[in-house]
Amino acid sequence: MRATSRRFHPGMAAIYGILIAGAVVTVTPLVWTVSTSLKTVQQLSAWPPEWIPNPVAWSNYSEALTMLPFHRYFFNTMVLVAAAEFGALITCSFVAYGFARMEFVGREFLFLVMISTMLMPYIVRLVPLFVFYGEIGWLGTFLPLAVPDLLGRNAFFIFLLRQFFRSIPTELSDAARIDGANDFRIWWSIIMPLSKPVLATVGIFAFQGTWDEFLGPLVYMGGNPDMRTLAVGLYQFRNSPGSENLMPYLMAVSTVMIIPILLIFAFGQRYLVRGVTMSGLKG
Amino acid sequence: MPADRRPAEGVSTPSTTRVPVTWRMRRYLGYVFIAPWLIGFLAFDLIPTLSAFYYSFTDWNVIAGTSNWIGWDNYREMFTGDRLFWPSVWNTIYYVAFAVPLGVVAGFVLALLLNTRVRFQGLFRTLFYLPAVVPTVAATMVWLWIFDTRRGILNWVLTTIGFERIRWLTSPEWSKPALIIMSLWSIGGGMVIYLAGLQNIPQDLYEAAEVDGASGWNKLVNITIPLMTPTIFFNLLLGLIGSFQVFNAAFIMTGGGPVNSTRFYMLHLYEKAFQQSQMGYASAMSVLLFLMVLAITIFVNWTSKRWVFYG
Repeated sequence: MRATSRRFHPGMAAIYGILIAGAVVTVTPLVWTVSTSLKTVQQLSAWPPEWIPNPVAWSNYSEALTMLPFHRYFFNTMVLVAAAEFGALITCSFVAYGFARMEFVGREFLFLVMISTMLMPYIVRLVPLFVFYGEIGWLGTFLPLAVPDLLGRNAFFIFLLRQFFRSIPTELSDAARIDGANDFRIWWSIIMPLSKPVLATVGIFAFQGTWDEFLGPLVYMGGNPDMRTLAVGLYQFRNSPGSENLMPYLMAVSTVMIIPILLIFAFGQRYLVRGVTMSGLKG
Repeated sequence: MPADRRPAEGVSTPSTTRVPVTWRMRRYLGYVFIAPWLIGFLAFDLIPTLSAFYYSFTDWNVIAGTSNWIGWDNYREMFTGDRLFWPSVWNTIYYVAFAVPLGVVAGFVLALLLNTRVRFQGLFRTLFYLPAVVPTVAATMVWLWIFDTRRGILNWVLTTIGFERIRWLTSPEWSKPALIIMSLWSIGGGMVIYLAGLQNIPQDLYEAAEVDGASGWNKLVNITIPLMTPTIFFNLLLGLIGSFQVFNAAFIMTGGGPVNSTRFYMLHLYEKAFQQSQMGYASAMSVLLFLMVLAITIFVNWTSKRWVFYG
């Protein structure tokens, strides 16, 4: 898109210069990570640093991933991802339908309350919830993270979905209602199929958020070594003794953790950018 | 605003059995739809938040097994007793004061540059946005290695262009700047939002200004920036709230050191709660952070009347 109708002038060269320099600075850390992940410990100390390791230590990946039970951590993370996806795509959508299409006393107030939870620092809840989960025996299980997700506690998702639902013409649901469809049916059979773009956005965010989450899994699940997520496992890895020389391994695991999210980003960039955009613009 | 058109309640709808029950029950059905969220809100937001206020007045300690009402003692201890409390506040303010404005300005400038007639706009946008999707823990590992004093790539660049090596993460002077630099890696998230805002500015405003002979600078100051203030405001507010809770990077990279130079508020709170089991004291700290964030939100919102342009 051409946003300004400025004519080309020498200033453009400077703009390209800044943008290219910025892009190099932005991407270099990722290249450096992959490069380091393929080095032997001896190659690590090379000065100046070598960008393309010779020989390439492919075995770092298999060795790093078996030093800790990362397959277990991956499974744990995916369980949480599944809960987050269900919560985002089904529960949040269900709630959003209520806020978008139903009329009831206190709707605007409750919507405002929901929006304000987006601004609330999560830290206030951290300690009381930890104590509470301890009392009901949830610590070290999936429940402290999965249950709130399943209940659609994500205000941002509900907000995005509601905005989208409100833009769908009501004629469609009116017609369905005359044919005898109730609101559950309208939500599931009319609104949901029409909302694939925003559902894709929310689904990608849910994956990204769960994949990224650290403090929650650390505090609520981390006490049980079998219940670590990838993020917590990577942190534990870094904390293990002699991690200085484990740097190639650490970078290998980091790379493995970055790749899925980059793939999702590559395929879903359109939806992701749309969601980020909607978060910043009113309406 | 009517969200949905339907027969008016009790006015003209004949109460025959032909009318689906849901039409009459719809005013209650709304609560069924929002019930999952409402239950989650009560159980995981409201009640825990209120409990934090309550716990903050107790000496709740999981290890010592105490749980007595001690009034304002936790707050008094925070302000006058705990010698690491004020450093943690100072470190956090230092971090926020640099990371947030730099992030907002850099993200905005990047968006402005991309919004000119550059080619490969999509490619640049993708590249700049990449770090924003990298998982925090992985990003922290990456930067841990970049900041490495002996073998890190940043010091390689510095020594190549003739500077001394910097002990990024192991000297108290440089540890906070290092974390701020790292935070700037992910300005792409804000940039994408600014870019979308810029592309929403009506072109005819610029065309009209050009007819009047406005320079590029005039257009920037009189059209672009005023119209972008709502977006800037939004990013500023979210940036402030997020940065006051800075935790992961310091927790993983420096553990609060060296010499407590990266002991941020959240890190101190975490140690009190989960390493020293002082749940009461940690609750008091979290209540104070909550109130600080609330005050900042209200303050920024109040100032926004002076500088945010709602056209």
